[in-house]
Amino acid sequence: MKASKLLSRIYTVLIFLFLYAPIVVLIVFSFNATKSRSVWKGFSLRWYENLFNDETILGALWVSIEVAVIAAIVATIIGTAAAVGLKSMNKKLRSVMLTLNNIPMVNPDIVTGISMMLLFVAIFGATGLLRPGFTTLVIAHVTFCIPYVILSVLPKLNQMNPSIYEAAQDLGCPPFRAFMKVVMPEIMPGIITGVMMAFTLSLDDFVISYFTSGSTAQTLPMVIYSMTKRRISPKVNALSAVMFVIVLVLLVAINARQIAEQRRTRKTNQDI
Amino acid sequence: MKKDSWVASPFMVWVVIFTVIPLGMVCWYAFTDASGAFTFDNILKIGTYWTYLKDSLIMGAVATFFCLLLGYPLAYIMSRASWAAQQTMMMLLMLPQWMNFLLRTYAWMTLLENNGLINHLLGQLGIGPFHMINTKGAIILGMVYNFLPYMILPIYSVMEKIHSSLFEAANDLGADKLATLRRVVFPLSLPGVITGITMVFVPSVSTFVISKLLGGGNNMLIGDVIERLFVGAAPNYNVGAALSLVLMVLILISMAVMKKFDDGEETGGLMM
Repeated sequence: MKASKLLSRIYTVLIFLFLYAPIVVLIVFSFNATKSRSVWKGFSLRWYENLFNDETILGALWVSIEVAVIAAIVATIIGTAAAVGLKSMNKKLRSVMLTLNNIPMVNPDIVTGISMMLLFVAIFGATGLLRPGFTTLVIAHVTFCIPYVILSVLPKLNQMNPSIYEAAQDLGCPPFRAFMKVVMPEIMPGIITGVMMAFTLSLDDFVISYFTSGSTAQTLPMVIYSMTKRRISPKVNALSAVMFVIVLVLLVAINARQIAEQRRTRKTNQDI
Repeated sequence: MKKDSWVASPFMVWVVIFTVIPLGMVCWYAFTDASGAFTFDNILKIGTYWTYLKDSLIMGAVATFFCLLLGYPLAYIMSRASWAAQQTMMMLLMLPQWMNFLLRTYAWMTLLENNGLINHLLGQLGIGPFHMINTKGAIILGMVYNFLPYMILPIYSVMEKIHSSLFEAANDLGADKLATLRRVVFPLSLPGVITGITMVFVPSVSTFVISKLLGGGNNMLIGDVIERLFVGAAPNYNVGAALSLVLMVLILISMAVMKKFDDGEETGGLMM
């Protein structure tokens, strides 16, 4: 018993070491005084200075955020409405729509990317509209975000008791108001999960953006790609460190809130 | 709520224009030549690219195998840990995933280089240097590193639901630890394993980024070939579309085969 516990502890540590060691090394060398990534030559913040003065990176970061915000909002609106509509659809049509909804999640990103690229190129060639750039980027991101929104809202709708919506209408509430007052609060957690997933997926995406953005709009992952493909610069290390810290803070904050919430509900359940 | 299904119409229009039509275009390009006449030539070109496709399938399978080998024990350990430990490990698994995968891959680039940290440290011990970057091994390592959490999380989420009374029952009925693992835990965890395998295999087979960054130019995968045919110096959408179609069909077939192992249990442990 004792030995197996020790063994599983060692195994866990080894796996997490494997996952974190490269990131730790990356961050440590972002403070290195020289370009070397294997020899420590003293502490310096010069790569951070370089990073925050790099117009290309800052510009791309801004494009990434803009795309992610717009895509997350549009995908959440369309996706939530779709989930509500799917719920009241006849069975056959619903299962067809759900299958179509799964396509972007099941398909490899590269296929989703090139298929939309073919469409955009054809539309631009035929009409001169939708020149590959910011707009096509947003459309592509909305497309791969919608499925995740639908899949996070749909379970909440299924859990809900449909009679309360009907009851509200029976009591004289107009449908739209009844929806906002009765259904919305029930599915809100699903919508929030959806919006957050859409935002992070969009921010993180490289492959689909790479094929659909043309040469006029560059997101941050695309700039990172071209930087790593050329020759390595410690600026990328500094960027990794900054992103890691931001993600760490966000994740700890979200988790702390969730754990506190779960403790509270546990407690109230016990009190009752 | 029967009459509410119309609110899904923006979604239906969106799916048709940006998912169904683009896939239709992939098929169209795959079966026509530059002048638009019907042809099988593009599909038959697969013979020329067979080595890349074969390499992708083998390397994807090897990476998936290692993810399962490394991930399964950890998922089991996690599912048996205390609640607080489970939450912490979950967060530690998600954290690197939130950093862009280009940065995670870049981290290995700097470690595996000929004058990178690993060779530097080995050199101080008087060993090496080893040639690690730009090899097939480096690509597989990159795949395992990037996608390991995709294997662990679905398996964990299925295992975590196995009630502890099942372990007690197995124990009472005289099963030792190994027998319990083989006859109780493993069959119940199968849906999670299937989900995990698909979630690792699909992005591994279709990647072009990991192979480019860690494999140099010499170890091309099918993803690299497709990328080159669409955005390279001499684009050929027809052949590119045909290869994408073949890739898509192969992935669908392997997923259907995997589903056969799963006893029809729906959405085993879809992450999140």
